Amino acid sequence: MAIEKICGIETEYGIVMKGVDEPNPITASSILINSYLTRLSQEGGFAHGMPRVGWDFEDESPDVDARGFSALGSLAPEVETHLVNAVLTNGARYYVDHAHPELSTPECLDARSVVVFDRAAELILAKSMVAAESILPEGQSIVVYKNNSDGKGNSYGCHENYLMDRETPFGAIVNNITPHFVTRQIFCGAGKVGCEAGYADVGFEISQRADFFEEEVGLETTLKRPIVNTRDEPHADPQKYRRLHVIIGDANMSEIATFVKVGSTAIVLAMIEDESLKREIRFMAPVASVRQVSHDLTLKRPLELVDGTKATALEIQREYFECAQKWSERHGFASVGGDDVGRLILQHWGSMLDGLESDPMSQSHVIDWVAKYRLVDGYRERHNLQWGDARLSALDLQYHDLRPEKSLAARVGLEKFCNDAEISSAMTEPPTTTRAYFRGKCLSKFASEIVAANWDSMVFDIGTDPLRRVPMMEPLRGTAAHVASVIDNSNNASELLDKLST
Amino acid sequence: MAEREQIRKPAPGKTEKEVEETPAASESGERLKAELDDLLDEIDEVLETNAEDFVRSFVQKGGE
Repeated sequence: MAIEKICGIETEYGIVMKGVDEPNPITASSILINSYLTRLSQEGGFAHGMPRVGWDFEDESPDVDARGFSALGSLAPEVETHLVNAVLTNGARYYVDHAHPELSTPECLDARSVVVFDRAAELILAKSMVAAESILPEGQSIVVYKNNSDGKGNSYGCHENYLMDRETPFGAIVNNITPHFVTRQIFCGAGKVGCEAGYADVGFEISQRADFFEEEVGLETTLKRPIVNTRDEPHADPQKYRRLHVIIGDANMSEIATFVKVGSTAIVLAMIEDESLKREIRFMAPVASVRQVSHDLTLKRPLELVDGTKATALEIQREYFECAQKWSERHGFASVGGDDVGRLILQHWGSMLDGLESDPMSQSHVIDWVAKYRLVDGYRERHNLQWGDARLSALDLQYHDLRPEKSLAARVGLEKFCNDAEISSAMTEPPTTTRAYFRGKCLSKFASEIVAANWDSMVFDIGTDPLRRVPMMEPLRGTAAHVASVIDNSNNASELLDKLST
Repeated sequence: MAEREQIRKPAPGKTEKEVEETPAASESGERLKAELDDLLDEIDEVLETNAEDFVRSFVQKGGE
């Protein structure tokens, strides 16, 4: 039986600093995030002072356990790096990654919840821009873009994560998820003007990221990017769990595209665990197929399979979808967040495939690449421009501008999916159904007593030696149902830890 | 090189011209077209003023 597909999205945002001669993106990212934290503090968003909770870099201290407490003292973020690395009360991580601001959503139980936190992340970035402008000198400002490429060969990621059963062989995951990753871009590609892989005849392509993938399987994320990433860092009990780290995805502006991207992937992974797929689809050339799909706006060019047959991306998606229907009749939707969410995933997924089959352009209300293509191509026709004109590239970039007054995505008629109140609440409130609840609530209530936080632990300083680490190796423990009353009834971290240990 | 050839090879019975034109052949019609026209009418007000500069200076190094 498939385990719950706990999931989340980590997005690196493009960043531009205006009004500066030689802008430094690392500095700009730090200013952006610090401005947000300062603004929160000024608004009184924290009951017990401003959290300066450092991220606990477990990668760099692999043996951290009870005996590792003394080493933790040297891991204060100021020592580790001057880069900002904050944990938010909604359970998210907001930090500078290389030269980008990055926000990782908290762990979510289902795809719908991921959409809510992904949208909340956009609002956090938007608020950060406003906060930064208020502290920067006159004429300077920072602008953030939720895209994945600068159009000049530099790409940055929108990664997804899914909890997997360690017992499922990794080879089975690779073989069965690859065709989904190659073909799902037809509904979750964000669209791109121009091509960065040297094909001069491609004026517009489906995916932001397709040009940057060069391998089938591997550990890399910045060079020779693989379709399936092999990073094995479960952030949970490694005996029981694996975390599939997905790097082949575009950041979506369409809420429904994000929903179906995460929802369909969670279902396919659950089907792999339940051994419910009809067959293994193997491409003759998986990497070339990624690009071929991205470059074919008609969705009609078939991909060659190793068995000598051919199939279009749409046909392969149909096959996954039909398997998913059968799988759900037999196994239900418990592993992807329950019946309501599961049915909604199938409904939107099926509707997108139907629409793409009859006329891709009919999906401009839900699919980013279609919405963007219509806008850019309409502009091109009206002004009689050639592909390659800078004005078209500008439209592409501005589609992803996170300033509400500038965003083109906000103007093209994308359908709403989540309501504003829940998105706004998710800027500060954690999900209630995963361990992110414990992380987020502890931060909002006991910030001054927390030294470090990580996906799978929290470290408290309650004034007596040693520091106290609370392991969180089970992503489904530490939910509101488990710990809400304990947290509510504790006046300080010391009381909380006493209650937790009894 | 093999990859490039494979991608460029059009599907049997399809010419490049057909491939280019199909997406524009939207049939869901007048309403969508009208909405797009409205958007294009008003879009100049929000567009970055110097597209050339904007696109050229949008450089993002280092990620993931």
